[in-house]
Amino acid sequence: MFHKILNKESGNKKQPKAIPVTLSTRIRLARNLRQFPFPGRAEVSQKRAVLSQCIDAMSGIKGLNNSISVEVDDLSELDRQILVEQHLISPELSQVEEGSGIVLTEDRSCCIMINEEDHLRIQVLRPGLDFSSVWKHVDEVDSGIESAISYAYDGELGFLTACPTNLGTGMRASVMMHLPGLVMSKNMDKVINAVNQLGIAVRGLFGEGSDANGSIFQISNQQTLGESESAIIDRLNSTLESLVRQENFARDKLLQDDRTRLVDKMSRAIGSLKTCHLIQSSEAMDLLSLVRLATDFGMMPEKFRGLADRMFIEVQPGHVQLSAGKAIEPSHRDELRAELLRNHFVRAPLLDLSSHS
Amino acid sequence: MKCHHCDKQATVHLTQILNGQMHKMDLCESCAQAKGVTNPENLSISSLMDKVELEVDTSATSMVCESCGTTHQEFKKGGRLGCEACYHVFRPVLDPLLDGMHAGTKHLGKIPAGSESRIHFEQSINSLKKKLQDAVEKEDFEIAAELRDQLRDLENESKATA
Repeated sequence: MFHKILNKESGNKKQPKAIPVTLSTRIRLARNLRQFPFPGRAEVSQKRAVLSQCIDAMSGIKGLNNSISVEVDDLSELDRQILVEQHLISPELSQVEEGSGIVLTEDRSCCIMINEEDHLRIQVLRPGLDFSSVWKHVDEVDSGIESAISYAYDGELGFLTACPTNLGTGMRASVMMHLPGLVMSKNMDKVINAVNQLGIAVRGLFGEGSDANGSIFQISNQQTLGESESAIIDRLNSTLESLVRQENFARDKLLQDDRTRLVDKMSRAIGSLKTCHLIQSSEAMDLLSLVRLATDFGMMPEKFRGLADRMFIEVQPGHVQLSAGKAIEPSHRDELRAELLRNHFVRAPLLDLSSHS
Repeated sequence: MKCHHCDKQATVHLTQILNGQMHKMDLCESCAQAKGVTNPENLSISSLMDKVELEVDTSATSMVCESCGTTHQEFKKGGRLGCEACYHVFRPVLDPLLDGMHAGTKHLGKIPAGSESRIHFEQSINSLKKKLQDAVEKEDFEIAAELRDQLRDLENESKATA
């Protein structure tokens, strides 16, 4: 059953259309139960008690309709990897031995990690940029759970978390952004420094300390205490708006100053995707990033933006094995990945340069 | 500067290193005499301070959360606290950290309605129980009976709403 949900192409039929620059929006709330030590300090029996209390508290909650729960140690190695690649669970949770669990809605819009660093990590994610509906959903699930169990909460410090960096609201709001213009114009380091000063963090695609593949970055609030949720989101939003402006400016400038080189890169990317026979995931990510960029420039039909987003995930090692239905050696994976990409890009047109000549 | 023991002006200033921790104390002339401070051979600053204050002073290295066993060293190394009680135990070292880490030091976000009223209820029950115990110990049975009734009412009330 769980495997089936992961394997589904797209859970949500009313998926919003993919837009330039912003790939997806996510909010995560960290919560702990009263009277139990945090997971890092808990015995297995205590973790089991937390797990069953949480799962009981989640039954029948609005916002968690059609969800299933599973214990992490009941999942295969591959299923855990898939969950990490879909950004539904953290790499840390995928490594735990006992007493941790996952509650996932069928449309994969809400995923709750139980006994990760905190007892509960409630996450809601959605394609595109949409903090208000994501907040509404996560707030509803949080309140629903809280009506059945008591959270560790202090009037002055807010929600108590294992790490003091999450204290207060326990909220991490983030957006996945595609910033090839800033990367190619070598402005990314400058941008990272500038937004860090504003209390905003920039990370690679797979969170803490990971390299940015395909020019995809995760932008999130660093501070959780001393501001309301809406103030944090507003501040993040205004930073995002300015990032989008700078990215668009960098793209226009690249097109102006070094047009032929840029067009050459995007054009070759499509050629490679149509004709490759062996390809590693990092190269695939970079080619897909150029396809997305070409689509944003209006040089490719709109539907290729959504396709690129889907492929960003499907070229990951776990997903290649999922579609093959078994564990596969890395070298053979590169062959299967190339086949997947060729199939999807076989009819991709040449770049349409008419509006940019 | 005032004397540690009375309100007079302090004129004797002591500094002693104890288990690697520096302790300071200020005393007035007469208190210093009375405590035998004039004879440094027999002097131990810990005997001059009340125990509680000594614990506060040595807190930085010897703090341990009794509830979950997390030590200050572990917190310093891993940056993680072990349970909600840790937030009270490590508060003195935590406060300066929070100041640099966050936009403010006071929670301004969502208030968990259910949790808060349950915590409040628990606190009221506990404080009534303590008062009741005190009253019984003092053999003040009139007040004890009143408190017992209050406690019963509160517990019935919560059962009715649960």
